[in-house]
Amino acid sequence: MSNDWPLFEVFIRARSGLEHKHVGSLHAADARMAIEHARDVYTRRQEGVSIWVVRSSEIIASDPEEADALFEPARDKVYRHPTFYDIPDEVKNL
Amino acid sequence: MYTQALDSPTPSGEGRAGSAGDEAALERRFDERVERDEKIEPKDWMPEAYRQTLVRQISQHAHSEIVGMLPEGNWITRAPSLRRKAVLIAKVQDEGGHGMYLYSAAETLGVERAELLEQLLDGRAKYSSIFNYPTLTWADVGAIGWLVDGAAIMNQIPICRCSYGPYARAMVRICKEESFHQRQGFEIMLALARGSEEQRAMAQDALNRWWWPSIMMFGPSDATSTHTAQSMKWRIKRFTNDELRQKFVDVTVPQAEFLGLTIPDPALRWDETSQHYLTGPIDWSEFKAVVQGNGPCNRERVQARRQAHEDGRWVREAAAAHAAKHRSRS
Amino acid sequence: MTSAAKFHYVLRLADTSLVLGQRLGEWVGHAPALEEDLALANIALDLVGQARLLLTYAGEIEGRGRDEDALAFLRDAPDFCNVSLAEQPNGDFGRTILRQFLLDAWQLELYEALCASTDARLAEIAAKAVKETRYHLRFSAGWVVRLGDGTGESHARVAAALDELWRFTDELLTPDALDDEMAAAGVAPSLAELRVRWEERVGAVLEEATLKRPAAASYLWHGKRGVHTEHLGHMLAEMQHLPRTFPGVTW
Repeated sequence: MSNDWPLFEVFIRARSGLEHKHVGSLHAADARMAIEHARDVYTRRQEGVSIWVVRSSEIIASDPEEADALFEPARDKVYRHPTFYDIPDEVKNL
Repeated sequence: MYTQALDSPTPSGEGRAGSAGDEAALERRFDERVERDEKIEPKDWMPEAYRQTLVRQISQHAHSEIVGMLPEGNWITRAPSLRRKAVLIAKVQDEGGHGMYLYSAAETLGVERAELLEQLLDGRAKYSSIFNYPTLTWADVGAIGWLVDGAAIMNQIPICRCSYGPYARAMVRICKEESFHQRQGFEIMLALARGSEEQRAMAQDALNRWWWPSIMMFGPSDATSTHTAQSMKWRIKRFTNDELRQKFVDVTVPQAEFLGLTIPDPALRWDETSQHYLTGPIDWSEFKAVVQGNGPCNRERVQARRQAHEDGRWVREAAAAHAAKHRSRS
Repeated sequence: MTSAAKFHYVLRLADTSLVLGQRLGEWVGHAPALEEDLALANIALDLVGQARLLLTYAGEIEGRGRDEDALAFLRDAPDFCNVSLAEQPNGDFGRTILRQFLLDAWQLELYEALCASTDARLAEIAAKAVKETRYHLRFSAGWVVRLGDGTGESHARVAAALDELWRFTDELLTPDALDDEMAAAGVAPSLAELRVRWEERVGAVLEEATLKRPAAASYLWHGKRGVHTEHLGHMLAEMQHLPRTFPGVTW
């Protein structure tokens, strides 16, 4: 496997799905090949209707060290969740 | 199982630079996360030994899948019916795919696939001993699906819950695909066992040659395996070698009985007290020889992969060159 | 049109897919990269699938009770109707890809046209095959371009392959009496029209690949009429070995 075939991350949206999910990675020399490889490796069982491939080097990820700062504050903001609100049962369509 | 050499010593690694106190605290936090069955992800802090153990285990597993394409690929052109041919191609294709998922998981730990491949091709890396046996008849294809994939499934299901996220997720994907592999193998054996005299003899002969190597796949017995404890603590390994081996034997003996075939172990017996099938003594000297490179096909298997890699060099270079030309043009 | 005629025509399609699939099956585990192992296996699987559908249909037309396996494993080379290009040996990856590309471009035109066949079963099989073939062509054409316009070595190898294999293409595009009969009945397309589209498509890819189109070939191969090259015999010996050694059993 040549070092000149960069690594791509693969995201597939399933037939019944709403968003692309990360399924793994593969090596390819160019974008067209990456799509074909992704199709051959990750959609053999009709899992997907849409493929995104992104060069791994282009992915910017949040730092797990900062997980607390990034994600903790949302934890106690329960008012973003519908279950926080107490609506009488008689009111429909809410 | 595909990870037998897990039991060889793991070098104690160097953690990140920092005071011993920091290191100990990080390690404590890591251990707590693992104990809570939280997933460790690629960018999380992890002990160097954990990282290295995983790289070795995952890459061995990946190598096993791709070397495993060879003994079965050997029969694609000679499959005795079009349906069998199609199913065998699909199975071998799956194995290649599994190798890909696993290399992909290994790469999240900071190692490159090219490096791992180099280790395989120059004989430094280990892969499951089972693939160093030849496939001499069509019945071998059935035996591999039934026994080898059967053993693999037994090992793989617990790893779906291992602590390292990318490995666990790859295993979930693999397990979903694996079930057809074992059924395919058993179906082949069934057709042979119910067939002509010669087909039955072919099936029995395959079982005679594949039984012992299959149960040796689970690795050395717990008594002689000194590093299982650490891997179990890190939730990379969830059952011991002997536990998995016993489970496999208990499940497989009745299947052989159903086929009307005889397991080549005169000492095999049902033990009423423990409610298990107990096997006769395992010849660990054969296992050691195969793991050390002196099995029937070790050289041929690695040579085949090396040949493919060398023969394909001009192709990979051409693709890279073409891509570079077009990048600079656009 | 006799059923014998239609039987033979369907065999041409079936055997071409079978033989080509068999050739690709030889690659599994030996490709330049793991991803290519999977890609070639995928194409092989599609081709074997096409062969199974077409052979089954051929057997029904013949009406002598021969199923897909009887036809695949118990006929000798002179009874095979694949085009000679399909049986040519794999050689290196470049040779395999070029053979694949020339046939993919041909199968695509053929299947697209067969979707409108007056034979409903053929139209149905073609509708499925056409989607697969579009993908095969995308794959093989992409590689012809990469290899043709890659390194000096890759260009030389694939140019050599093109020179060797080009002489087998005339058979794909030159109609014989059976082709004409099928075209007249609306079962199959006119090969003359197909030739124009094939040459255009192939020409465009070869140009992008910086490959020179070889001069027209003077010898017409007759694989579709059962006169093959020496390669087919060896391939069939390997492929048919088990059913012929153990006749009459179920696998």
